[in-house]
Parts: sequence; C-alpha cells; structure tokens
Amino acid sequence: MLQIKEKGNNNMKKKRLVMRTVILTVLIAAVAYTLYANFTKDDVKKVAVGETAPDFALVDMNGEQHRLSDYKGQGVFLNFWGTWCKPCEKEMPYMDNQYQQFKDEGVQVLAVNVGDSELAVNKFADRLGGLSFPIVIDKDGQVQTAYGINPLPATFMIDKDGKVVKYHTGQLTEEMIKDLMESVKP
Amino acid sequence: MLKNVKCECGHVNPHGTIFCESCGKILEESEKDKKLIDMRYEGSARRSQTYNKTIIDKIWNFFSSVKVGVWLIVVTLVASAIGTIFPQEMYIPPLMPASEYYEDQYGFFGKLYYQLGFHNLYSSWWYLILIASIGVSLIICSLDRVVPLYRALKVQRVTRHEGFLQRQRLFGVSQGDKLEDSYEKVKEKLKAKRYHVREEDGNILAEKGRFSRWGPYVNHVGLIIFLIGGMLRFVPGMYVDKVLWVREGETKVIPETDGEYYLKSNRFILEVYDKDKDNEVFGDAIDRAGMVAKNYQSNVTLYKKKGDTVPGEKPELEKVKDFPIRVNEPLKFENFALYQSTYKLDELNKMTFALSEKQTNQEFGTVTVDLYDPKEKFDLGNGYSVEIVSYFPDFEFDENGEPVTKSRIPNNPAFVFKMNTPDKPDGEVSFVAIKQTIEPFGDNTYKMAFKGIETKNVSGLTVRKDLTLWIIALGGLVFMIGVIQGAYWNHRRIWIRRVNNEVWVAGHTNKNWHGLKREIGGVLEGTGINEPVDQVQEKQEK
Repeated sequence: MLQIKEKGNNNMKKKRLVMRTVILTVLIAAVAYTLYANFTKDDVKKVAVGETAPDFALVDMNGEQHRLSDYKGQGVFLNFWGTWCKPCEKEMPYMDNQYQQFKDEGVQVLAVNVGDSELAVNKFADRLGGLSFPIVIDKDGQVQTAYGINPLPATFMIDKDGKVVKYHTGQLTEEMIKDLMESVKP
Repeated sequence: MLKNVKCECGHVNPHGTIFCESCGKILEESEKDKKLIDMRYEGSARRSQTYNKTIIDKIWNFFSSVKVGVWLIVVTLVASAIGTIFPQEMYIPPLMPASEYYEDQYGFFGKLYYQLGFHNLYSSWWYLILIASIGVSLIICSLDRVVPLYRALKVQRVTRHEGFLQRQRLFGVSQGDKLEDSYEKVKEKLKAKRYHVREEDGNILAEKGRFSRWGPYVNHVGLIIFLIGGMLRFVPGMYVDKVLWVREGETKVIPETDGEYYLKSNRFILEVYDKDKDNEVFGDAIDRAGMVAKNYQSNVTLYKKKGDTVPGEKPELEKVKDFPIRVNEPLKFENFALYQSTYKLDELNKMTFALSEKQTNQEFGTVTVDLYDPKEKFDLGNGYSVEIVSYFPDFEFDENGEPVTKSRIPNNPAFVFKMNTPDKPDGEVSFVAIKQTIEPFGDNTYKMAFKGIETKNVSGLTVRKDLTLWIIALGGLVFMIGVIQGAYWNHRRIWIRRVNNEVWVAGHTNKNWHGLKREIGGVLEGTGINEPVDQVQEKQEK
C-alpha cells in the first residue's frame, strides 16, 4: 500500500520535471529566437555559396541587354564595382587580360557598375584603355539588393548550372582571377 | 524523501501545504501559534518551494519567485530611464561617429554612457534578456500559483476545521439552542445576495465571486500576449520600419515590397505661416520663432509593377494613385503606410555654365549639366562646342594630388571641360570645381563661367508595416479584462458551522472587508446569530 503510493508520488514528480523542462525549453527557444532575429535584422541577405545566383537583366554601354540566365552552360565572372573605388580600378585590367584567355573556353565576364552616371563609366573605361567585357550599370540598385552587395569590389563566381561557387570581396590579383575563372570553366 | 501529508479529514495534501486544502486544519506547526492565518494562495503549497533537486527545478524556482520578478521589473525600469538621459544612437545627427559624439556633447558622462552601451540600449542583448526574463518570470510565477490555488478552491470542504475558522479575520460564536428557524432564513438571505450556498451536516459554506481570483492571471495572460506581439516584430515580414529618400521627379522602388510597388515624388512642399496672410493669432509666435512650419507635404504617385521582371529590368508600371502625403496623413496601400518624416531642401541637381571669352566676357552659349546623368558633348553651334573629359561628383584631391571622387553623390561636383572654339581648334582644357578653376596647360583664352544651379527637394518618408498591432491590442484588451475581473468583484466566503451547541460564523474576502461585514450583518440581522467580530480591528483597538 505504502509502496504503491510512493510509486505514484515518483510518477508525479517525473511528470512535473518533464512539464517544467518542456515549458522552460519553449520559453528559452522563444527568447533565443528573438535575440537571434534582433541581431541579424540589419544583415543584408547575402547570396550564399551553393545557391542559385539570382537572375537579372541589365543593359550594357552599347545598349545590349545581358541576362544572367542567358549564360547558362557557361561560367560567369560577376564583378560589382564603382568608378570611385580604387581596388576596382586596379583589378579591371587583370580581368580584361584573363577574359581574353577564357572567353573562348566558356567563361563570361559581367562587370556590374553600382550606379555611376554613364559618362563616368565611359570615362573610366577610356582611362583604362578600353575594356572588352560588357559593362552594365545597375542604376536603381536592384541587382545589388538581390546580391546583398556592400563593400566593393565584390566578385561572384557562377558555374554553368547557374550556382554560386565562390564569393570574394576585395581586390583580386591576376593569379587569383585566373584560378577563379578556371574553377567555373564548363 | 518529501511526502504528501494526509490530514485527519482524509484529504492528502502536497508537501508544504500550510493548512489542509479540504478542511482547513493547520498542518504547518509554526502556523499553529498564530492568531490569524495567512489566506494567500489558500495556504497551498507552491511547488517551487518544495522540490529543488535538478537544475531544471532550480531555474524554475528562480523565476517562480515574486521577489525576483519585482527586481527584474525594477532593474528594467531603471535601465529604461537611464536610456532616456541622452539621445539614442539612431537619433544623433550624423556629424561624427557615435564613439566621439557622446564624449564631445556630454563630456565624461557621455563617454561613460557610450562605453556602457546605453547609446543603443533598447536593442542591446542584456536589455532584451531583461524583458524576456520578465516574461518568463510572469509565466512561471503565474503557473506556479494558479494551479495550486485552483486545486485548493476546488477541493475545499463545507465543514472546516475549528482551528481554521477561529483564525479567520471575521469570526464569531453564538449560543444556538433555538436557531433552527433562523438557519433557513440565513440560507435564503444568502441566496438572495447571490451566494452559492453548499450545505453539509448542517454546516454552510456560502461563496461568491470566486472568478475574481483569476483576475491577476488573466491579466498576466494579457501581458504575455502583449510580449508575444512584441516578439513577432522580429519575425521577417511582420514589421517594417524603413526610410525611403526620393527626389523630386525620381521613381524608386518601395523597400520591403519585393519590388512590387514604386513611388514617384512629384513635389515636396514646405509651407510656413505668413504673418500677413494667415490668421493674426499666429503673429506673436512668428515674431518669436522667426519661421513656423505650416505644412510638410510630398506629392507622390504610387505605381504597381505589372508582370514579372528580374532585377535590373525596367519594370512596366501601372499607376495606382496620386496622393499628397502630409504629416499624420500617410499613403496607405496593402499593409503598408508611408509617412512624411523628413526632408532635404535644395539638393544640387543641375549646374549651368556659359562658354565665354575671358577678356571680353562674350558668351557663346550655355551648357546645363545634369549632375546625376551628364551628357558628354554639347554643341553650341557656329563651331563652338564643349566636351566633358572627366566628371567628379564628390571631388577631392587624393594623396598624389590627382582629382578623385569620394562617392557618386554630387556633393561637390568638379569637371574637366574641353572647350573647342573656331580660333582654338585643338581645344582648351579647364578644370572647374566650385569656386575653383585650374588651367593645367597654361593660360586659356576661354573659360566656363558659372551661371547657376538647379536644385531639387528630397522627401524622407517612413515606410511602415505592422502586422503585430492587433496582437498587441488583444493583449491590452485581455489585460484590461483581467484588471476589471480582479478589481470589481470580490471573492467572498462565509462559513457557518455548528460546534456542539454553538454556531460559529467566519468570513473571508480577498478585498473590501467593509463590504463583507455589511453583507454578513444584513444576512444575520434578526436571526439571533451574532455578527462575527473583525479580529484585526479588535487587535488594533486594543
């Protein structure tokens, strides 16, 4: 009789412990989520490696439209830059050199300007002795928003299936550009 | 080993119970000496104070303490108050970084304020944890009390132990040989006063307003709903509070609408009170303040995107409506509202120069440069033309003395012009910045004379969406229901027990003792049963 009672007592305690654990877990989870959400709310959503690169369509300096999805089957070297950005200026000639090497092997370069005036972009290209890859201007920043661009230059390597395989911010050397282009060669 | 306590009435009480849930017999030895018993939580055992073995129990018990809860609230209040001493980071002017601003403006205390993180208090991790702890404390405190209280009130017996009755604040004894008739009368009167009357072996328990005991807990549920509403603001898509800057004539995508909606600003208007035209009651204020704003208004057009486009593609826009956004008169669409919140007057937009000969000041035509999208060549006719060789919207000299631009915003535009004229077919080059002209290749015959600027106003609009408002309102409503429930009703109980030849009357209420006394007085009037005595008052009078 006494034993039965004690057993019941133990069961009740076990139940209570489970109850408390469940309630505390739910509360802690809610608090943790709120804190996490609060501290990530200012982070721009970045396109992660392994994800499909968001499609976009921009017009180049010759009035031709370039749509990312049109380059399916080729690797794409997607570079974001501005005319006032010194490291961007430095890596442009390297990009141009490597583009000459790789364009016949199926690697395309798209240089997305982050919203300078056409004049500024043209003068910039002239100053560098002319650039052979297409330069497009993202006037209202839609593409930058889609890719979560903040510091410049920013480079995305996109493979033949349209997936991002690498993301790099900061100036690139010619050697690095070569390796990057090699990595997305179809 | 903690054991349940079996009372002599047969009821099994959880360990830690002060007096029997059922009959009211005092179980806690230390309580037996007291003249009155503490009726809080019906003497039930708060679980937290009894089981303290695992870490879960320890956490639980910490939050279950009202003392801890009160301290959490006090600390939060003090912190919140400190957060209002100096402006928060988001409200300081963008003149210098926050790390310098606070020290510069407020001295040592400003620096301390910044270093301790009070400049960003309301979204700091420790402030959020304080608020969250209050929420946790609220839930656990309530659970820990409402469950035993509910149990105790449910299992309470009609016949209460003598010791329980004696120790009630209202208690009285009457000699009761000839009280049979009165008894029926008392029962009827109690029923007439809307008491719920239970009878057992000739003893009576009359009770009313028990639901008022749940008031504080309903109130807490309201607060918790309120906090959940606040928490949901952090869930993406539930709450938006962004700023949209749009220049006159410009069309911009409205943030957080997934590129669905666009806004064009047609005009920004700032009106001030005019002493001559407006009502003369404003006269004094205008004299004192100089300028008094009458109206801030952005005339805008809302567009919706038609069809699917990918980023960068020029969307086809369909006009939704024209609307004048004024202070407190936002433009509303779907769940969004656009409020007039700030503005910037006279932003540089276009600059005009005249090609002129230095000596004679004769002009050969003017060029107007759109600072956001300048043209490259300007043909002025008769063999005169101007070419922009370089454009620096935000000009400065770099470390090598080369002109560069800091950004693409025309804060300080500078140009390199090439002036082609019939007498100088190779052209002359001139570097022109604000209040500055440099002629890199020697003296020129011609110059670009500054003629004027065109400016535009910029509207600063707040983009707001709040899907949590109704949850917060619901929380407020439930909160108020709880307050009313607990405030306007009292839980009153009257026990009448026959002990041998006597009639014992005891009464208890959670508030408004005066009301209970009057009610008992009315019920017992003319029945021969004495009104119970207020033992607290009696003691004070002694």
